[in-house]
Amino acid sequence: MSDTPSRASAVIIGAGIVGNSLVHHLALLGWRDLVLVDKGPMPNPGGSTGHASNFIFPIEYSKMMFELTRDSTEQYQELGVFTQSGGIEVARTPERMIELRRRCTMAKAWGIPASVITPAEVRKLVPYLDDSVIIGGGYFPTVGVVDSLRAGTLMRERAVSSGALTVLASTEVFDIDVADGQITGVVTSAGRIETDNVVICCGVWSPRIARMAGARMALTPCVHQMISVGPIALFADTPGEISYPIVRDVDTNMYERQHGGDMEVGSYAHRPIIVPPDDIPSIEESALSPTELPFTQDDFDPQLAEALELMPELLGDEKAGIRYAINGLISMTPDGHPILGEMPEARGLWSAAASWIKEGPGCGRAVAELMSGKVPAVDVFEANAARFWSHQTTVQHVEARADEAFNKMYGIVHPAEQWESVRPQRVSPMYARERDLGAVFYETAGWERPFWYESNSGLLEKYAGQLMERPAEWESRWWSPIINAEHLAMRETCALVDLSAFTVLDVTGPGALATMANLAVAQLDVPAGRVVYTSFLDENGGFVADLTVMRLAHDRFRVVTGGATGRSDFKWISDHLVGETAVADVTGAWTTIGLWGPNARAVLSALTSADVSHEGFTFGTCREIEVGSTVVLASRISYVGELGWELYVPIEQGGKVWDALWEAGQAHGLIPAGIGVYGTTGRLEKGYRAFGAELTQEYTLVEAGLTRPKVKSQDFIGKQAYLRQRDEQPCAVLCTLTVDSCESADGTLRYMLGKEPILSLAGERLVDAKGRPSYVTSAGSGPSVGKHLLMAYLPADVAVEGTPLLVEYMAEQFPVTVARASSAPLFDQDNSRIRS
Amino acid sequence: MTVLTPEGTTPPNSSAASRRALVLIELDGSSGEPIDASLRAAGLARSLGPVSAVVFGDGAVFEGGAVLEGGAVLEGGPVFESGAPSGLGATDVYLVEPSSVEGYAPVAWARVLVGLMAETGASAVLAAGTDRGNEVMAHLGAITGLPMAANCVTVSQEGPAHRLVRQRWAGLLLEDAVLEAPVALLTVASDAIAESVPAGTLSATADTSSAGPTVHVHKPDLAEADLAVRAAESAAGAGGVSLASARVVVGGGRGVGGPDGFAPLEELASLLGGVVGVSRVVTSEGWRPHRQQVGQTGTKITPELYLACGISGAIQHIAGCAGAKHIIAINTDPGAPILAHADYAVIGDLHQVVPALVAALRDRS
Amino acid sequence: MDILVCVKRVPTVGGKITLTEDGQDVDTRMSGFTVSPHEECAVEEAVQITERLGGTVSVLTLGAEVAIEQLRDALALGAGRAVLLETDGREYGPIATAEAIAAEVRSGGYGLVLLGNEASDTGDYQVGIRVAHLLGWPVATGIKKLGITPTSLAASREYRGVEETFTLPLPAVVTVKEGINLPRYPSLPGRLRAKRAAVERTEVEWQAEGLRKERLRVPETIKHQAEVLGNGVDAVPDLVRVLDELGIA
Repeated sequence: MSDTPSRASAVIIGAGIVGNSLVHHLALLGWRDLVLVDKGPMPNPGGSTGHASNFIFPIEYSKMMFELTRDSTEQYQELGVFTQSGGIEVARTPERMIELRRRCTMAKAWGIPASVITPAEVRKLVPYLDDSVIIGGGYFPTVGVVDSLRAGTLMRERAVSSGALTVLASTEVFDIDVADGQITGVVTSAGRIETDNVVICCGVWSPRIARMAGARMALTPCVHQMISVGPIALFADTPGEISYPIVRDVDTNMYERQHGGDMEVGSYAHRPIIVPPDDIPSIEESALSPTELPFTQDDFDPQLAEALELMPELLGDEKAGIRYAINGLISMTPDGHPILGEMPEARGLWSAAASWIKEGPGCGRAVAELMSGKVPAVDVFEANAARFWSHQTTVQHVEARADEAFNKMYGIVHPAEQWESVRPQRVSPMYARERDLGAVFYETAGWERPFWYESNSGLLEKYAGQLMERPAEWESRWWSPIINAEHLAMRETCALVDLSAFTVLDVTGPGALATMANLAVAQLDVPAGRVVYTSFLDENGGFVADLTVMRLAHDRFRVVTGGATGRSDFKWISDHLVGETAVADVTGAWTTIGLWGPNARAVLSALTSADVSHEGFTFGTCREIEVGSTVVLASRISYVGELGWELYVPIEQGGKVWDALWEAGQAHGLIPAGIGVYGTTGRLEKGYRAFGAELTQEYTLVEAGLTRPKVKSQDFIGKQAYLRQRDEQPCAVLCTLTVDSCESADGTLRYMLGKEPILSLAGERLVDAKGRPSYVTSAGSGPSVGKHLLMAYLPADVAVEGTPLLVEYMAEQFPVTVARASSAPLFDQDNSRIRS
Repeated sequence: MTVLTPEGTTPPNSSAASRRALVLIELDGSSGEPIDASLRAAGLARSLGPVSAVVFGDGAVFEGGAVLEGGAVLEGGPVFESGAPSGLGATDVYLVEPSSVEGYAPVAWARVLVGLMAETGASAVLAAGTDRGNEVMAHLGAITGLPMAANCVTVSQEGPAHRLVRQRWAGLLLEDAVLEAPVALLTVASDAIAESVPAGTLSATADTSSAGPTVHVHKPDLAEADLAVRAAESAAGAGGVSLASARVVVGGGRGVGGPDGFAPLEELASLLGGVVGVSRVVTSEGWRPHRQQVGQTGTKITPELYLACGISGAIQHIAGCAGAKHIIAINTDPGAPILAHADYAVIGDLHQVVPALVAALRDRS
Repeated sequence: MDILVCVKRVPTVGGKITLTEDGQDVDTRMSGFTVSPHEECAVEEAVQITERLGGTVSVLTLGAEVAIEQLRDALALGAGRAVLLETDGREYGPIATAEAIAAEVRSGGYGLVLLGNEASDTGDYQVGIRVAHLLGWPVATGIKKLGITPTSLAASREYRGVEETFTLPLPAVVTVKEGINLPRYPSLPGRLRAKRAAVERTEVEWQAEGLRKERLRVPETIKHQAEVLGNGVDAVPDLVRVLDELGIA
């Protein structure tokens, strides 16, 4: 047994696949004096790693999850614990066949080998599968299985042998000490360890450990049932662990996977079984392990028939018994992503939680890089441990979303699909009015946001013929032609848009300018009353944030950013405060109402005596004006390409201002418009980029076409990289493409929704010099230009306006043309509408 | 339901004077001595009143039937060479004539107890919580309609009732219970791992051993049906030291790795004069026969030393080995639960440690 | 031969047992339930006998409605019929249990009743014997080897290192112990048959018995940690010394 060090550079809690990977990567990055603690024995301390089915399907719709899985697979391969078996997702329904085509198209975008195959071809690969039950399959030949316990052991041992790590097995963590918001130590059953860094890699136990440091972890343990059936006669003579492809019977939410002489059958079909972390039994109380809970037969029974139907002879063998059956615990989060990075509650409190086997080593590497102050090789922004709003960390929220997500594990999930549970959570002061107008609400960061208004259905007739209606069910789902009608009406008259979901952060104090100047690419040493659109970069020049900043006073900036990224941005600013500066999240104090369209000025001037003329209130400025009896901070900018303002209203007076605008607008054709217009159609026509879609860590300002003529003289984070990038020829350019024909083979008009691969005319994948594939980052209607619009980064050689290319959608290819190879807009090219 | 009161049974005792405990003594087949578990039962019986011991003339004790003829037998001497009768603390010993009950016949044994229960006016009947003890007492309960409490750890009289602590879950749990019955039928936990008899209770009854017990030769009146089920011993199954009574047990668990890994353990056991015992996984994997299993569903052992090799110490195993006086664990995992029950541990691979230990022991001899 | 196997639903205990706050029961919030291990073997034995000699296997349990789960477990292993002697959820004593089982046996025309030697939870060691006496049938207990003919059986067990065999005429009651066989795992088709099978139900009244549980306790064990003599073969000299001190070697 190792002696407990009294001091450590970091204490890593949890020796599952993530913790082991993390210590390995920290050691590689030069960390010494690391301590890995687990309350269980090595090499299997009893967490979810120990009972995982250990197979890896590379295909993911989330780019981040795909990249983490890819990185993890490569690490497993390097460790020699990966066995390629191939994997097949079988379809029992026509809907699933369509989904498989969508998945294979996604695979093509990421460069994953994949093909749709016939039942007979499935049978050839999996001879024990009854092909009369299925109508096809999606074949992923690079699927494989790993030995995650062995991988963990190897990585841990490497860290130990490099002299960087002490391992404390069978050692329980009792408390985590925090002083003045900084981690100071860990109290264990083997003594106290002084440290500045604690990493929670505790899987299903993570919330319990986080609580010791006063933090809330948005994670819940959830049951995944698995049985192992054997001995399977067919497998008796096959070499090694696996000789047949893994079958995902996705329509029944199950999988069948050979494991030596047995067939493992797993299910995500049963009722969601949430297990509060405090109810996880101790090692002593556990019959098998704390995360292998007793099997609840009733929950699995319905699945047996389905499994038997698919593999009647193999699983129907009376001599093959169910030798092992568990309710295995897995980690689930409200958005399905891991929780990686420093937690907002304390400095030095890190999380590497909610990672499954397939992304474990990748998550370990990413957190090690973050802890070392490096930009992670895989963009893990969407997994940022600081991303959650407080309500998203509540037990009720986490459990409700896990409950809702569980049965969708193998589901056909539309990219715009909305959550049903724990809503509404955050509502604007206009919520009731919007509901009365028939708003269809989508959720962002807990906010209910009108996506379109049924009350605008009358516009459908008016704009008939320009609405780009979607005959295919898939694209019509979570969409309405009313969005396009609202768009056209806004461009014709004017629209009110509820933007309450904006995150509003006030940065104040004597160091406010220094703080903001250090973060922003754009010059923020501007007169008070100026509004600046800017990006924040990381050291490599990748995007960290994309937002607008209002300079309200010499020592006061108001940062406005998206709802979804608000908490991450808040942490980024908090982590980089200079001098005497404070950052406050005032989202809950302000509601934002957008007023845009040719008639916006007429509406606003009807309510204010302030000079809102083009000269009196110039573009890119903000100031307080009186709107009726309310003082409103008006900001003249636009994300939709129209004249107008964002009006920042004290939240309790939002309803009053909305009503006033509504009333004044009646004479000017004012309509309410939803986020469908604001977030998609309006901006695509104008070439406006969106953070997370176009603007990510992987691309640069130069590639995104957001360079400005000059670089400010002050230093800022990422400046050196940015200067370098400006001197180089970009190897990819963000382009706007128009779909030349949406007509599919069967004559139906099809509209891409995003993430589709862009191909050469020969149908070849486009990959830039850095290996980055071209795929659709945003897609949507351009009602005013009469085209379906796509944005995509294209290799420099094809990023030439007029270049004809293809986009693949649902396994079909459609012709597209590069319409813009810059950020220049398609609509209102000289921006005269904004500046009118 | 009605409780059958056997003819002649004394009604519930209300005074200490009328209390008497009848205890069934099992003898070891080879030594002829009372087995430890029976001594424990006798000890517990003494806390309930003067003790009458019942001994069946089976096996070595009555070899050739000769012992019944000499006066020495009636003195008690040759029957229990090591002076066990006084160790029993019994005032009376009933020697059941072997000719009346040949071999082990559980119903017949129970019938004998029914008769002696009446004859002695016993307020309690006890036996060891062994297979036989539990079996005979259950028959006694079934015949008399009396409740029976198995595997008691402590018993005390409280008015007409008995307050007792008994084992459940093979001793992993204790039950506080009250037994209300005209005669208390009890078996006594053979390992009694949990609690010792409270101080003083053993000496509560005057030790009459100085005078030696009165020995009665008992000739029961048995029906043929009572003898219908009778044990026939097979020599084939005999041989070697029994796991339950072994002085040293060398345990092997999952860590042994397979059926081929037990040779060094066997060698070590024979060097130490012991036997090999195994954990449940070993028998359920079919590596070793079930009769070698130590545990809740196997044998409960009470050796001087239990040397647990590659055994993690699942609770079901602990239930079987907690009666060992000393435990030494050899395990690769310093966090294995067995270490919380062991006195000493070697952290290491049994495949290296056991051969080295064997070699070291060999070198000395 | 028509065989009745009696099984009992008991908590799956693999680790430390925790009790409910009132000390009346094992805390089963996080533990599953199973058939007592000896009874799993009884089911297997019955199935094997009927596979050899023909006949039927009925499985019986006395318990609350939830105990149907254990009946289905047995059905999945090859029992053909299931009987629930339904309780009101209380712990029924061995006398009441035996009477209820005997009543079912009388109405069932069975040639053999198999039980586990003792239930793992209560460890009463008597239900099978009481059933036999109520029926007037012979009984053998603790059996780990069973030879059977249409009219009699030979039941063997170990007693202090010696194998002893009881020969019983049929019908008879036999209680068995783990080790008599290696129970099979349920097959998928078996599970599905079990799921569809009907369960016959009879309500059984609770009755007071002379042995009354007051509460359960977890025995206090002295928590200690072994003295580590050393690592690997280096520890052997110390190990030999300890064996000497203990008077073993």
